[in-house]
Amino acid sequence: MSTPERPAADTPDAQPHLAAAPEPGGPAPDRLPAGAGPARLAVRKTYKLYVGGAFPRSESGRCYPVTGAHGGHLANAALASRKDARDAVVAARAAFAGWAGRTAYNRGQILYRVAEMMEGRRAQYAAEIAEADGIAADHADRLVCAAVDRWVHYAGWPDKIAQVVGGANPVSGPYFNLSTPEPTGVVAVLAPQRAPLLGLVSVIAPVIATGNTCVVVAAERAPLPALTLAEALAVSDLPGGVVNILTGRTAEIAPHLAAHADVNGLDLTGAAPEEAAELERAAAGTLKRVLRPRPDEDWTADPGLARMTAFLETKTVWHPVGR
Amino acid sequence: MAEQPDRADPAAGTERAARPGGPHGTGPAPLGLEYAPAPESRAVVSLRPSYELFIDGEFTPAAGGGELTTLNPADEEPLARVAVAGAADIDRAVAAARRAYEGVWGRMPGAERGQYLFRIARIIQERSRELAVLETLDNGKPIKETRDVDLPLVAAHFFYHAGWADKLAHAGLGPAPRPLGVAAQVIPWNFPLLMLAWKIAPALATGNTVVLKPAETTPLTALAFAEICQEADLPPGVVNIVTGAGDTGRALVAHPGTDKVAFTGSTEVGREIARAVAGTPKRLTLELGGKGANIVYDDAALDQAVEGVVSGIFFNQGHVCCAGSRLLVQESVADDLLPRLRARIERLRLGDPLDKNTDIGAINSAAQLDRVRELARAGADEGAESWSPACPLPERGYWFPPTVLTGVTQAHRVAREEIFGPVLSVLTFRTPEEAVAKANNTPYGLSAGIWTEKGSRMLWTAERLRAGVVWSNTFNKFDPASPFGGYKESGYGREGGRHGLEGYLVHA
Repeated sequence: MSTPERPAADTPDAQPHLAAAPEPGGPAPDRLPAGAGPARLAVRKTYKLYVGGAFPRSESGRCYPVTGAHGGHLANAALASRKDARDAVVAARAAFAGWAGRTAYNRGQILYRVAEMMEGRRAQYAAEIAEADGIAADHADRLVCAAVDRWVHYAGWPDKIAQVVGGANPVSGPYFNLSTPEPTGVVAVLAPQRAPLLGLVSVIAPVIATGNTCVVVAAERAPLPALTLAEALAVSDLPGGVVNILTGRTAEIAPHLAAHADVNGLDLTGAAPEEAAELERAAAGTLKRVLRPRPDEDWTADPGLARMTAFLETKTVWHPVGR
Repeated sequence: MAEQPDRADPAAGTERAARPGGPHGTGPAPLGLEYAPAPESRAVVSLRPSYELFIDGEFTPAAGGGELTTLNPADEEPLARVAVAGAADIDRAVAAARRAYEGVWGRMPGAERGQYLFRIARIIQERSRELAVLETLDNGKPIKETRDVDLPLVAAHFFYHAGWADKLAHAGLGPAPRPLGVAAQVIPWNFPLLMLAWKIAPALATGNTVVLKPAETTPLTALAFAEICQEADLPPGVVNIVTGAGDTGRALVAHPGTDKVAFTGSTEVGREIARAVAGTPKRLTLELGGKGANIVYDDAALDQAVEGVVSGIFFNQGHVCCAGSRLLVQESVADDLLPRLRARIERLRLGDPLDKNTDIGAINSAAQLDRVRELARAGADEGAESWSPACPLPERGYWFPPTVLTGVTQAHRVAREEIFGPVLSVLTFRTPEEAVAKANNTPYGLSAGIWTEKGSRMLWTAERLRAGVVWSNTFNKFDPASPFGGYKESGYGREGGRHGLEGYLVHA
């Protein structure tokens, strides 16, 4: 469960309706109400990293306190280290050939499966982002629905993107000539610091829909929805290593990913403005594809193609035509 | 070469025709025949002693007064002095491009922009022999290539993009894509006018204006292109040409007044540019180095493969970013392929680039020759076996014989570093998986070749090669409609085709 034990007086951010209406998979109070039998001590969840399909702790042994929008303690999240980032890159690289080699139809099916898995746990996600962002329950639920719908949106892309951005080229000679989009490889994604679920899904889905694998640094302030998302990913037939999620200090982890020679792309969406330029410079060392942060990103808008094409390569194959 | 350079060959039509001698096959001539010299006349080119910068529609001296001399690499003879643009000149050029963008070009209807580009394409076709000869003089590449490859592609590139100018709404980039503004463009010396076309044609078609810096060793055709812009009545400032060396390029790339940087050249400089552009709002496309693998399977048509391997590495003296500089041959046919390859190389004719029979011209510069020599030596030092045909080289000019290194391993520098010269590294493989693994074992990812008669194997291999262009049963083919560009450290962005427009447009 995501709700740590706290005296009610210390939790101005607590939403009464959340505690009042527990449902399966949703938040529940630490102790069942009096009269429902002997009081039960709730089992709390340890939030760990998601790397290679498993949930390891940080190799550093470190963690950091995660607080709600109003300052109450929510959980201790793993404080990922440089070594964790490198392990995640290894996992992402190992998963790349298999994931890129899946049929587009199969990738679409798996993305749709993620939506299915999230749908059943909407209340849990809503409770988490309500706590993280201090928003009302109905607003939180709308954001969760939008996040689920975003998976559905991208579930339809894998078997269409090649026709939209690729095609036959009419060269002036007897040659078959075809351009096809292919995934860039391993993409490091700095998830947006706001919109811890919808924004997160909006940056992960386009990257993996096209066959990339990724290492995601979750929103530093609100990492818990990312880890709960990982639980949906882990039961969606998504091969381990396709999405790897690190929690911790973005400014600590990001430079290692930006400079990592086995990372091919870098999404700077969640980088602080003053750090983005330095990270882009670090990425230049291995000529990574860099998606720069846009301060005014509207996560509810039509996502368009740009987040997919940023991490696609165009391969053009020639062959002579003759008898 | 058997002959000494003929310093006063009347056949060349001018006393400056210091040819390094006609080309000679390096082995015994077939049927005992020898080729007579067949020099293209250079009378069609009238060189000026010095050239100024082209800014705001006018030729104008560089503020600093600096000059560099451009040589004919085939005989080291000075061709002309060329102005060196400094910071003040770059300022002027960028300001002129900005004025032209805001005042004229950026708001001109696409159909009208297209008309200018069609006009430029036609003038290039009309003056193509002159431009081919000028390119051969300045670059050292054979006239056969400038005449039959470079110039037709240059004209085609302008013609192709001219047609896009009024159709951008249908390019899949939104209903009303907008130009970026001013593009800073820096191009290399290996295909001087063709790289100019790859840069300027899409930029202009999409409504951008440009400041372009040609390479320091090959500025002349870019300046001839400036004249063509005048001849086409292109509005002043739409195209600006600033000549100079690395400092000029750095100043242009770093200039805060541009919206886009496009660069073709080495990966090292590409990294430097990516760092310089980081933190700015500028868009960037990079077309960088390569270490292309040419995979020959055991079922390949070997004679065709030999032709492709030869063109893959010796076309343009190997000064090709997408050259097939690594031959990966299946072990079972290596002993069959390599003698055929050597026999074919012995028939290549190295010599006077202006001779119409020449296959291999001069290395572009002394600096490049040093680099090719250094790496070829490193190959031998690391244990590869070096073979070149008996090949006397002209005494003057920059020359390097076609060279094949066998027994190369993946650890050798000649298998990892771009040589950018006529040096082929040969490796072998046993299984298709091994071929793919070796082909992809490089930080580069620009080009690759596949030779097999089996379609499914070709497609299987093409799917797995991490390279932007895959030539199967052919090599080094280019077309304005075909997107070109690399994976990994060979850069990003595409040039050519619908894809190439993207680098110069903002999505609506």
